[in-house]
Amino acid sequence: MRPYIFSLLLVCFLFPAFGQGLLDEINAQEEPQENLVAATFKGSRIINGHSVITRKKKAFEFLIAHRFGRINSGPYEFFGIDNANVRFGFEYGLSDRLTLGLGRNSFEKTYDTFLKLALLRQQTGKKQIPISVTLFSSMAWKSLKDPATEKLPKFTRTLAYTHQVLIARKVNKKFSAQITPSLVHFNFVQEPQKNMMLAMGIGMRYKITERISINGEYFLRNDEGEPEDTFNPIAIGVDIETGGHVFQVHFTNARSMIEKGFIRETTGDFFQGDIHFGFNLTRVF
Amino acid sequence: MKIQVVVVLMLLFGTASMLQAQQKVMTKTGEASFFSKAPLEDIEAHNKQVVAIIDLSSKEIAVKMLIKQFNFEKSLMQEHFNENYMESDKYPSATFSGKIEESPEILLTESGEYEVKIVGELQIHGIKKPWETMATLTVKDGKVSAKTNFKVKTADFKIEIPKLVIKNIAETIDVNLNFSFEPIS
Repeated sequence: MRPYIFSLLLVCFLFPAFGQGLLDEINAQEEPQENLVAATFKGSRIINGHSVITRKKKAFEFLIAHRFGRINSGPYEFFGIDNANVRFGFEYGLSDRLTLGLGRNSFEKTYDTFLKLALLRQQTGKKQIPISVTLFSSMAWKSLKDPATEKLPKFTRTLAYTHQVLIARKVNKKFSAQITPSLVHFNFVQEPQKNMMLAMGIGMRYKITERISINGEYFLRNDEGEPEDTFNPIAIGVDIETGGHVFQVHFTNARSMIEKGFIRETTGDFFQGDIHFGFNLTRVF
Repeated sequence: MKIQVVVVLMLLFGTASMLQAQQKVMTKTGEASFFSKAPLEDIEAHNKQVVAIIDLSSKEIAVKMLIKQFNFEKSLMQEHFNENYMESDKYPSATFSGKIEESPEILLTESGEYEVKIVGELQIHGIKKPWETMATLTVKDGKVSAKTNFKVKTADFKIEIPKLVIKNIAETIDVNLNFSFEPIS
């Protein structure tokens, strides 16, 4: 009796669980895939400065950014609300890696244009790349007329260039960090200011819910030769993402919304209350 | 003594039937698509790299698809699909393993079209559920192809749709699968 039962049981174990064996077979054959890390940041800006994110090919982004006046300008100026600067911008993905941007700032009537190239993209799987690296180059043209002559100054004098290497890592689902070595070049400067200035930016974002994050940004300048009353730009804000829109709401001591402005021409001391409330609103089509 | 003979014969029979030529067919280019119809927006995505195997002798079937291989027309939609809804970094694939039931013997040598019932377990977004669906299996010129469609409720697989976008994303998604198999040893 016993050997009969034993053999019966043995026979039962000879047949594998239905289908599971086949699934294991599929898994065994699977080739490693290229696994790009997505959404290191929610949008193309951390707050003032650019993030490593570039637009996908043929994607078109429209941006509106506001920086109001200083909060410490008192109730008569309605804490700065009466005094707003605007930047309108358009960004287009020429390819998944290359984005072209165009913008106009009401502050100093400056036009800006830039190219952003995603050199390295953080990924796992087939290739292991721990960071994303994007190159950024922009040119700004200040179209403000000379108040004395009512004429535009000599063209080349009004130009400023910014070059940055954006290096970021999505550390985990919630936290991403970026460092941004930057070079800002003014075509026209007066002694003791130098044409070129170097700065190092640090940016981060921390997701508190699936769609909301807290962002922070700081640029440390090599301020040798720079005017006394300029400061390192600081910004802190909140990102809210809904479908194709990203709302960014923040406080910063920088009045300008382009690199040459906020990195090199910030005259506000954040800790003295020279704080501008501002927002960025983007829509991707 | 007689019982032992019976047992040995049973064992032999069992092993013999296992060693019988296991006719398997496989595809690595199966097509899966899903469709969501909602008042504000229609969403459609296609995956053309679905892997599936059928063991025609044991009637077992297994299917696996990588979530990141679903292509949407709008790249932002694809990003949200992976990041916010499917969490594909955590759950990279959707799988099915099961058996073809209520069907006659399927042989590669006999052309025919069969309406079959497939019963097994479906895994999406890390959640496993017993699943069954009807499918059409066609054998022609020594090749097998299969087609099926069914509906999936996002809530069943803990795919959260926030109230903000409830008019953009349906709670029940239509899924279509289409496979053309090649025989393998």
